[in-house]
Parts: sequence; structure tokens; C-alpha cells
Amino acid sequence: MMAQDSLLRLRDLKLYFRTTKGTVQAVDGVRFSLGHNEAVVVIGESGCGKSSLAKAVLRLLPRNVETYEGEVFLNGTDVMQLDEEAFRKQVRWVKMSLVPQAAMNALNPVLRVGDQVAEPMMVHYDVGKEEALAQAQRMFEHVGVPLDFMQRYAFELSGGMRQRVAIAMSLVTAPALIILDEPTSALDVLTQANIMNMLKRIKDEMETSFILITHDIATSSELADKVAVMYAGQIVEVSDAFQFFTEPLHPYSQKLMASVPRLRADVEPEFITGQPPSLLGLKPGCRFAPRCPMRHDRCDQDPPVYEVDGREVRCWLYEGAGTRVAAEEVARA
Amino acid sequence: MRSLWNNVRQIGRYPSAIVGLTVILLVVAFGIYTVVTLPYREAIQLWRGGEEIWGESPKMARPVWYNLFSRDKLPTTIVLDSREGEAIKSREPFGDEGDDITLVYTFDYAYDDFPEELTVFFEATYEEKSPYASLMWRTPDGREIRLGQVTLRPTETYRLALDDRLARRLRDVPPQIALFADPEIEEPTPVKGTYELEIRVTTFEPNVDVEAKWVAYGQVHGLAGTDHRRRDLMVALQWGTPIALAFGLLAALGTTVTTMLVAAVGVWFGGWVDGIIQRITEINMVLPLLPILIMVGTFYSRSIWTMLGAVIALSIFGGGIKTFRAIFIQVREAPYIEAARAYGASNGRIIVRYLIPRIIPVMIPSLVSGVPVYVFLEASLTLLGLGDPVLPTWGKVIEDARAQGALHNGQYYWVLQPAALLMLVGLSFAMVGFSLDRVFNPRLRGL
Repeated sequence: MMAQDSLLRLRDLKLYFRTTKGTVQAVDGVRFSLGHNEAVVVIGESGCGKSSLAKAVLRLLPRNVETYEGEVFLNGTDVMQLDEEAFRKQVRWVKMSLVPQAAMNALNPVLRVGDQVAEPMMVHYDVGKEEALAQAQRMFEHVGVPLDFMQRYAFELSGGMRQRVAIAMSLVTAPALIILDEPTSALDVLTQANIMNMLKRIKDEMETSFILITHDIATSSELADKVAVMYAGQIVEVSDAFQFFTEPLHPYSQKLMASVPRLRADVEPEFITGQPPSLLGLKPGCRFAPRCPMRHDRCDQDPPVYEVDGREVRCWLYEGAGTRVAAEEVARA
Repeated sequence: MRSLWNNVRQIGRYPSAIVGLTVILLVVAFGIYTVVTLPYREAIQLWRGGEEIWGESPKMARPVWYNLFSRDKLPTTIVLDSREGEAIKSREPFGDEGDDITLVYTFDYAYDDFPEELTVFFEATYEEKSPYASLMWRTPDGREIRLGQVTLRPTETYRLALDDRLARRLRDVPPQIALFADPEIEEPTPVKGTYELEIRVTTFEPNVDVEAKWVAYGQVHGLAGTDHRRRDLMVALQWGTPIALAFGLLAALGTTVTTMLVAAVGVWFGGWVDGIIQRITEINMVLPLLPILIMVGTFYSRSIWTMLGAVIALSIFGGGIKTFRAIFIQVREAPYIEAARAYGASNGRIIVRYLIPRIIPVMIPSLVSGVPVYVFLEASLTLLGLGDPVLPTWGKVIEDARAQGALHNGQYYWVLQPAALLMLVGLSFAMVGFSLDRVFNPRLRGL
């Protein structure tokens, strides 16, 4: 991929948690890149490490971290080299911001939402409250929340409005990259569509990039330039959105696409048998193998990442069709 | 903040809170009234002044309202001063150079008991030769009793009870009884009516003047009575109010706020910071507060402000940390705290704007309920002899009463008045505190 002009480049990013039962490999060797003004949709089942990926990128680590390593390049600089204080000041909300999962609870209950949205401005830029509130007001206009709501508290807002406020807050410092962790999962279908349209508009108007983490393939398809499929802590396929939706490469992707109900075609939605593996104590070999219809002997070894027509896929099936990348990940085992 | 205010307003639904608040407001108003009408200097003067200031007050007199509840009316103090024109003064020439000055004091006596003490204070101006005074007593039933004779120095106090010759003449019946009692009745009973005291002063040089003040000390005095040093207890009861309130509020505020901050810092930073704070707290919780305060009072200073500082310093790492910590640990995991971390808020900002506002609903009731604890603590310290040496406080009054054996002598007013005020303050703050607790912790409402 075009590593030079990419906005975000992740290489072999790992985030393991320590629990009483053992090590949880929540993010295990993730690699993908994201260009300017580009939206990548990270899809996967619950518990596959999507939210942990967001936390790993923003270095929002809980207290029980066992391993946190890899490369995170942002605009060509390796932000993993920054210490905590420098990272807080130079990266968080300056270069990338987050709309957290359950954004409804992510607003401080004792702050007026206007003040809440203005907070990042005051934290990162040496501006007075007036100016910060003026900027917050512009963001409220962007996300379509009536301006008199700025005086309200979070509990006085509906779920959709709260989600918009959380998005306004992520936009307020105009970062180049916004990570949205399941921004529509708790909303009704109509509001979901509204928010997706709004994000699309913001992407065009403000030229931001998005990492949209979701398990809702249908809704996210409107926004996606690129799709990354996550399974058991690993990215198994990164692909251009159009190609992905027409012809997914990885068997898991194919099964996922087959499970989406179609409106016009008379096709019964399929389901994937079995359970995703626990991220505790993973065995070597392809992690999808136990559920894979195309499983063969090679699948007992860790599959490498192959590049096929500019798409990346982690599956032995493409051994002949693509070129192998990231050999260092195979060496793990 | 608005929701906080709404919560506070709900307190109107609890009658006990309204009663408590009313009492607190009255006590606070009484404290302000005291500070305004009886300035600190004046109060200290009244409390620590000395005999000149208390001279006209009786010893250990009951409060005047005692008369409302007893069948026998006890006498109040009667003061008649010739300088104020409260005696009829006449002057006749005597001998070559001197004069005969007569002072006649007339007063009505309608009480059912005898005065506590009888005294005449003389003030004489002369060059060389001392004037000579003789006193005569006339009862309403027409008897005349000769009292003593005194050679007057510039200031002279004549206490009737200390005059041996008078005592002999009265057959060792104390003069305050003998002079008022009806001789016909065996059980001493005062004769009601108009009494007269005549002081005849003979002078031996020209330009001599004599003034005298007649004091019949009563058995009741003022709204609060007096103590063993003739001090008006009202001074201590009044000034005890602002002192008790200030001590209680400052100590409660100081300990609660510092404890909360320490708990917040410990929980937020976690790890070894929290570990150290918890260990210090646990050690501090086993240290006994009272003996340490006694040591501070004995070796350093008994000033109320030193004590306040010591109480706060010892309570910073108090048991409250454990309570606050339990709540902070819950709040720390809230999604909006992580959101704040995500947008790059500094540690200080998260503690002040995100953690602390959530604990205020828990803090306010415990702060209010904490006030009486410290009010009582101040009184207990005083009772242990660690009271401020200068200030008149409620604890000081109880301490004096205890030292003088007030309860054995039936002087209940001396103990009960400050004790009642202490209980009133404690009760009112407790009532408000419990109601606030119920407002802020809705789960308690069903109980």
C-alpha cells in the first residue's frame, strides 16, 4: 500500500490483557493503513477485539495491560515513541479523536453538553471559554443539534442527540482522524441512517478520515472507502469497499456477507456455525479454521498475509494467487 | 449543579429538616447577634475582667426565669448608689470643721427568700482625718437594728456577714437572714415591705465627701445566672455559640474536603500512590485522637485554633478516605471518565471536573452530620482541661460547674443550660444531615 502518504499506518500492533485466567490477546498483530480523507470500516463479531483496537490506537490502556507493542505511524511519525504526557498533548484530540462506544454514557452528567463539547478546545488550545464555546457552537451546527441544547445536561437529551453531541465533541478540535466505536449500535434505524448521512457529509466538508468500528455491515457500507475484517484479534482482510462488497476474499468475509439479509434478491441469509474462539490461550494455526468450510491441512499453521490485487488477506487459500507480506508475523507461532 | 440545587430544594419535604434548619438559622442568628452586640473585647473583659466587673453580681445565682417555675419568689439583686441619686443625702455641720452626712436608702422587698449577701461599698474623699460611719437598719414592722461602725478609708467595703460584733448582736444568725426575718415566726420568713438603711457619716475636716453603694445580692441574676466567680453565664452561653459553630463548621469542612481530595488523588493515580495513602490511613486510624490532642494541648498550645488545626491534620487520613474511595473507584470506571482521558484531559482536570462533582451528593450530608461531632469534641476537650484559656465556651461553663460540684449543690442551671445548647446544635445538624442523606440517596427513602 502507499505507505508514504498514508495518515495512519499500523504494523504488528499488539495489546494483551492480563486476567486471572491468563492472557487475553485482544489485539494481536494488526496491520492496516488509512489515507487522508478516507473511511475504513472495521467489522467483526462481538468480542473480536474491535474496541480494544480503538483503545490501542489512542493508547487508552486499562490497568491490566500485559503487552502493548507495535508501530503506530501518524503522518509519518512513530507515536509509540512519545511518552504519556507528550502523547496526551500532541495526539489525543489534536491528531485523532474518539467517539466512544456507548457514547450516551460518555458525557459527563454534571456538565452542560455545550461546556462538555468545548472542553477539548480548552484542554488543548490556549483559548478562553467564550472562544471554545463559539467553536462548540459551530460543531453543534455541523451535527445538527439545536443550539439551545447547549445549555442542557446529557440526561435531558435523547439517545440520537447524545450521539450527535459526542460526534460534535470529536470534531471540535478538527482532528485529521476520528475513531467511531459503534456509533449507531444503540439507536433506531432511522436515527442510524441520519447519523450515517451526517458522517458522510462531515467527511466531505471537513476532509476527515474515519475508522468506523461496527458489526453492522449494511449501515456502514454507505460510508466505507475500505473495509477491514477483524476476527479473534487479527485483521483477516483489508480491502477496497466496492471490491469487498462484491467479492470478499477471506472465507470468513464471504460467510459474513452471506449472513446479511438482501432486500431485492431472493436469498435466505446464512449463518456461521460454531463460536468465535476465546481470546484466552489461543492455539497456533488459522483462528477461523474450526468454522471454515474450506479448511485444509495448511490451516494448522498460522496463515501469512497475502496481497491480492492491492487487497490484503490472511488465508492459506491465496498462497498461489498473491504475494506474501509481513513475513515477521508468520515467525511468531 | 442545577440538579444538585434541585436536590437540595427537595429537603423541604422533610419536616425534621425544616425544624433542624430553623433551629440552625436561629442559632446562627443568635451567634451573629452576639458578635455584633457584645464585641469580642468586651466579652473577654466581662469574662476575665476581675472583681470590679463582677462585684455587683451575686455568686452562683440562678437565672431569673427560675422564679417563673417556683412558688417562692427569689430576690434579685438590689443596688442603690448614692452617686446615682438613689439615696437621700443630707448634710449638717458638725463641730468646728466637720459635717454630719446622712445617707438614707429606702427599698421595697417583696420576695419569699433572703438575699445572698449584704454589702456596702464606701468611697470617701478626705485629706487626713478619716470619716466615721455608723449604720442603722429599719424594718417594715418598725424595728430598728444597729449595724456596725466603720472607719472609712478612701475605698472601703463593709460586708455585713464579716462583722463579728454584728454577728454576736444577731446571735450568730447570718445578717442577711436576721435583718429580713420576722422574729415572730420560728421558720425564717422575710417580712415584706419597705426597708430603710441609714448611714450616718461623721467627718472631721472641711470638704469631705462620702458616697456609698448598698448592694443586697439576690439569689437570681440575669437570663442565665452566675457562676462561682460572680460572672454572668450569659456571656459564656452567648459567646459559646459563634465559637462552637465556627469550630464545628471549620473542622467538618476542613476534614471532609481534604479527605475527599486525598481519596480522589489516590483512586485516580492508583498503584503506589493509592497504596501509600491507604497505608497511612490505616496507621492513622489506629492512632488515638484524644491522647494526641492532650499532648498537643499540654506541650504546645491550648489555643482553639491550634486544636482545630490538630484535629484537621489528624483527620485528613481518616476513615472517611475509605468511604470516599469506595465511591471514587466506581466513578473512575464510568465511560465518561474514559472519554475525558481520550480527549486528553489532564489528571488534575479529570479529578476536579469529573471525579469530584460526582461525590458532592455524598459529601454534603456527611459534612452536615459531621458538624456536631466537632462541636462536641471541642466541649469534650474543654472538659478535659484542654479548652482555650481565653475564650468563654459552653464546654468551659460545664467544666467550671463540674469543678465546683454544681450538680451536688443543686445548681442544675449551671450544667443544663450549656448542655441544652450543645444538644440543640447537635440535634439540629443531625436532623438536617439525615434528611440530606435521604434526598441524595433515594434508596434510603423506602426505609
